[in-house]
Amino acid sequence: MSLNRQHEIHNRRFGRNLGLGLTLGAFIAIIFGLTVVKVSRGDYEPTRAPTATEASQ
Amino acid sequence: MSDASITGPEFAGKGYENEAQFGDYFALLKPRVMTLVVFTAAVGLLAAPVAVHPFVAFCAILFIAVGGGASGALNMWWDADIDAVMTRTKRRPIPAGKVTRDEALGFGLALSGFSVVFLGLASNWFAAGLLAFTIFFYVVIYTMWLKRWTPQNIVIGGAAGAFPPMIGWAVATGGISVDSVLMFCLTFMWTPPHFWALALFMRKDYDHAGVPMLTVTHGRRVTRNHILVYTLLLAALAIAMAFTSAGGPVYLSVALVLNALFVKGAYDIWRRDEEICEVDNFRAERKFFKLSLLYLFAHFGAILIEAVLSGFGLGGWA
Repeated sequence: MSLNRQHEIHNRRFGRNLGLGLTLGAFIAIIFGLTVVKVSRGDYEPTRAPTATEASQ
Repeated sequence: MSDASITGPEFAGKGYENEAQFGDYFALLKPRVMTLVVFTAAVGLLAAPVAVHPFVAFCAILFIAVGGGASGALNMWWDADIDAVMTRTKRRPIPAGKVTRDEALGFGLALSGFSVVFLGLASNWFAAGLLAFTIFFYVVIYTMWLKRWTPQNIVIGGAAGAFPPMIGWAVATGGISVDSVLMFCLTFMWTPPHFWALALFMRKDYDHAGVPMLTVTHGRRVTRNHILVYTLLLAALAIAMAFTSAGGPVYLSVALVLNALFVKGAYDIWRRDEEICEVDNFRAERKFFKLSLLYLFAHFGAILIEAVLSGFGLGGWA
């Protein structure tokens, strides 16, 4: 049995699908925001060994 | 959901009034309990002496809330039999037939893993570990073990609800301090009188469910005595906290007023007998329960105000 474009399940599950869609959208926005904050703060900058001059100081 | 369930025989014209909607899955997260988790965790985070980026703080509180909600879903999965016979809980999604136990289990486990991992990625792994331990404590220690075994269930189990401010603090500092332990103690000591007052006016619920609440195992007189004793201990702790690094004059003012009211409420409950309670439908017990909600929010609100004031050099006793 195929699902027609106007099958009643589309109406019945509309609220559930909308809620899930909005939740996933919010999740993407949060991950994007966190990435921007962490990268701009330099949380993921590779740590480098001190140079000879820095070490001597 | 599989295609088979969409196209199967149950799809052919039967009523779907009991089908779960988005709100039913949200209800599995115990949103009212979540408000307490969010608020106390936010106070723990904001009162900490280390600044956190506002967006990271928002995400951390969100993940803590999701973790708390996940433990609520796992609690509903395990306690579905109890929830079905208690008036207060029989409209929850599982006993109402909206969500199956297996769905609640999967939902709870998935969100538990999600919240812990993302709290770790957003803040630090110490805070994430504390959140994981909180979920474990609430689900395994309280729900699976203590709740059906001992009348001290909510005394020990109350620790689960007391962890969020410590997690919030750990998000900011990466560790534990005296302040965060004091916030834990405040919630921990507040939980027994709060729940015993509820047990007094929801009197038949726990009897029917067979949960060994103090009202069931030791009687209502003993429960009233316990409420008074725990309230006096809580009041001593709450007022003493005013003179620690978490407190100050604002906190002391709030604590003095609310603890006077709370002790008065506990004393009223203690001196009442069951006949009077039946006549006025447990008026004093219901009033005490409502006051207990204000009590905790006001104390944490005062801790937050002290922390904000200290940012301007005004908070605390210095």
